[in-house]
Amino acid sequence: MLQFLNLIAVCFVLLAGPVPAADRTHEFELANGLKLIVQEDHRAPVAVVQIWYKIGSSYEYDGITGVSHALEHMMFKGTKEIGPGEFSQIVAARGGNENAFTSTDYTAYFQTWSADNVELSFELEADRMRNLLLADSEFKNEIRVVLEERRLRTDDNPQALLGETARAVAYQTSPYRQPVIGWAADLQGMRVEDLQDWYERWYAPDNATVVVVGDVDPANVHALAKKHFGPIARQNLDPPRVRPEVPQHGTKTVTLTSEKARVPQLYMAYKAPVLNNAFATDNHLEEWEIYALDVLSETLDGGPSARLPRRLIRESGIAADVSAGYSSASRLATLFSFSAAPSGDHTLEELQQAIVAEIARLQKEPPTAAELDRIKTQVVADTIYERDSMFYQGLIIGTLESVGLDWRLNEEYVDKIKGVTPEQVRIVAAKYLTPDRLTVAKLLPATGDATQ
Amino acid sequence: MKRLIRALAGIFLFAVPAVQAVPTIQHWVTDNGARVLFVEAPEIPIVDVRFVFGAGSSRDQSNSGLAQLVSRLLREGAGALDANAFNEQLAATGAVFSTGALRDMAWVSLRSLSDQQYLAPALKLLQTVLSSPRFDGDAIERSKANTLVEIRREQQSPSKIASKAFYKAVYGDHPYASPMRGTETSVSAMSRDDIVGFNSRYYVAQNATVAIVGSLSRTQAERIAADLSASMAAGEAARALSPVPMLPEAASHHIEFPSIQSHVRIGQPGLKRGDPDYFPLLVGNHILGGGGLVSILFDEVREKRGLSYSVNSYFSPMAELGPFTASLQTDNSQQDEAITVLRNELDKFITNGPTPEALQAAKQNLIGGFPLRIASNSKTVEYLAMIGFYRLPLDYLQTFTGHVAAVTIEDVRSAFRRRLDPAKMIMVVVGRSNSEDG
Repeated sequence: MLQFLNLIAVCFVLLAGPVPAADRTHEFELANGLKLIVQEDHRAPVAVVQIWYKIGSSYEYDGITGVSHALEHMMFKGTKEIGPGEFSQIVAARGGNENAFTSTDYTAYFQTWSADNVELSFELEADRMRNLLLADSEFKNEIRVVLEERRLRTDDNPQALLGETARAVAYQTSPYRQPVIGWAADLQGMRVEDLQDWYERWYAPDNATVVVVGDVDPANVHALAKKHFGPIARQNLDPPRVRPEVPQHGTKTVTLTSEKARVPQLYMAYKAPVLNNAFATDNHLEEWEIYALDVLSETLDGGPSARLPRRLIRESGIAADVSAGYSSASRLATLFSFSAAPSGDHTLEELQQAIVAEIARLQKEPPTAAELDRIKTQVVADTIYERDSMFYQGLIIGTLESVGLDWRLNEEYVDKIKGVTPEQVRIVAAKYLTPDRLTVAKLLPATGDATQ
Repeated sequence: MKRLIRALAGIFLFAVPAVQAVPTIQHWVTDNGARVLFVEAPEIPIVDVRFVFGAGSSRDQSNSGLAQLVSRLLREGAGALDANAFNEQLAATGAVFSTGALRDMAWVSLRSLSDQQYLAPALKLLQTVLSSPRFDGDAIERSKANTLVEIRREQQSPSKIASKAFYKAVYGDHPYASPMRGTETSVSAMSRDDIVGFNSRYYVAQNATVAIVGSLSRTQAERIAADLSASMAAGEAARALSPVPMLPEAASHHIEFPSIQSHVRIGQPGLKRGDPDYFPLLVGNHILGGGGLVSILFDEVREKRGLSYSVNSYFSPMAELGPFTASLQTDNSQQDEAITVLRNELDKFITNGPTPEALQAAKQNLIGGFPLRIASNSKTVEYLAMIGFYRLPLDYLQTFTGHVAAVTIEDVRSAFRRRLDPAKMIMVVVGRSNSEDG
């Protein structure tokens, strides 16, 4: 399952076993379009309540980038009934943990607390779904906090800046070129009216998925959801207009120098399809290709036994660290990416050649049966390990639903991965990891000592 | 809307915390001296085994970074298996294996399916790591080279620079001052003898706590602990660390760095595990700067003034006095204002203590939130390791909420006044100084 989620970039406000999940998981839909998914986990008398809105940075356009995330911050600033910060005080006073996060495709809010507080979660979330008071004075303060967050996460972090730059170069027309947190100038120019419009447009029951995981009775949770969310009117949203990525012709490159950086860094990203592309009609793409891309990613970087750490770190010693990432659970086509730093005196060019050579090997020769067996064993084990975290179980369900997929895909996941053959891995490596899909981004320390 | 909230608040004020199943910790000692803590958790077919040793960076002595280098080399081959073979065999079991070291403790952890087909070979590999790590020459050279890259990467993070400088300033000559990854000089100088010597001194049964949580019977857990422990030398426990001297006077350190934000750390030696002031300081700090989205510092620095994204204060209880740290980060141009607010709030809280309302809210959060602390096997196994390592009472989990409930305003005020002194705190600021900002 990690394969689905390992690339999801989220911004926080703060910082298959004996019982298949299908038997523990119950789906309901209210008349106003709100979807409710309840998964039972009776190990402890607690529950996590997550509400997911299908809205994130990939719905944004030039001039208002970051508005989804800024709105997420303002969701804690009060409604007609609840004062600024009072939401958090109410949750804290009952022993709750809460937070929120924004990504390219969704914005989600959660409370984790004693299971008898589920009704209170619903009441509070139903209230702030439609009754948010977006006060200008609160906004003017909070947008400063968001700008500090941007400085902390990106502007003062050379590796993050490299990733942001690389995505802006790799994607030409896809909205994934925009950072989740937004461009600084857009944040500086943002007005509370921008948030008000965004809020009215997207925060609606027919754009929300409520996920509850914990020590609860599904029928009871359904009744509570009807009571609190049921009265909210359906908004009949305009679906977002789709602007897909244009075809790429040739490899793109970008180099960043930073006076903060001390370690050179390489980031390589190939355009790659996701499950949503496979389910769309008239694509020259089969569903198995997506699962084969997952297995390809694991072959290269599924833990320390995988090819990249073995060959680049342990055998040739070119890389100090190296990773590959691919996530098939997103709304739009994504990037199959590599990130690495050279060891010793090795250069970024050597590192890039070494990664390309590993890709080329897999384009010629399929992975071995032993490699695939290890990957499949790990995927099976991961689906059992994930049951130790209520939050993570909710995260999987919420992510799949919010990017337009069915949560039941998680149930099929192990079987789909088991069905992937070595030759299929070779085919997708040859089809998708090609120079015409590639962007190479390099971070170089500025000359001179950057510290002290 | 308000109706339900009031109704629940009403119930809450009079209700005792719901009766909950706090796990009973079973405890025994293996033949050669490893202390075992076990909780049976049959709900999910998995097993967590976590070994912790008094083998953290406070044992580095002059070899700064040695504890972490030894720890990472435990993933690089053992027994007949070199790094490639070891990692392949491990992956084939589906297990998750990790090692690491902080200042006090080093850990070796395994999570496996409980099915014997997977568990048995995974445990066998763990046993090999504990009994006969290889420390191959090429693995050592590689790990040293890659540690140097990580040290340089720390030097590009103002937060990491601030944190290292803060420990150095707070701890002076005490072992807690040692930068955990080491320095470029110290790591480059490390020899295989240093590594082997450290491992054979500290990765021994008498210096080990074993935490086990999972779908196992007591008998099975006893067998696992016995087999793993028997594969190690008995050895002896690490000696007690020297006490942390209190700082004689306040000091301020500015480190120039080309960042947009200034990272600020203020603090001093604070709190030990098992400290009699533990609960008053825990509850008090929850109010001051520890409570996530609800705390005095969060309110004053972020909510009222928009000065920082992340602002907090925390005690890091360790075997000897771990630090009290208050921290924030803000645009360089605002550093003076932010520091003034932070210092004022620290002073006020230490002088005045909490209000009755704030104390009540903090206790409700800590007591009501207690079930979340032990709601998963991964959290429980970490608690067991902590309880065992620091020799806390075995009823630590059962008595936690009672200790919190008993804390009074006077307890908090008294503890903060006795334990923290703003006139003797260290401040570290990393960023561009205002004068150079133009």
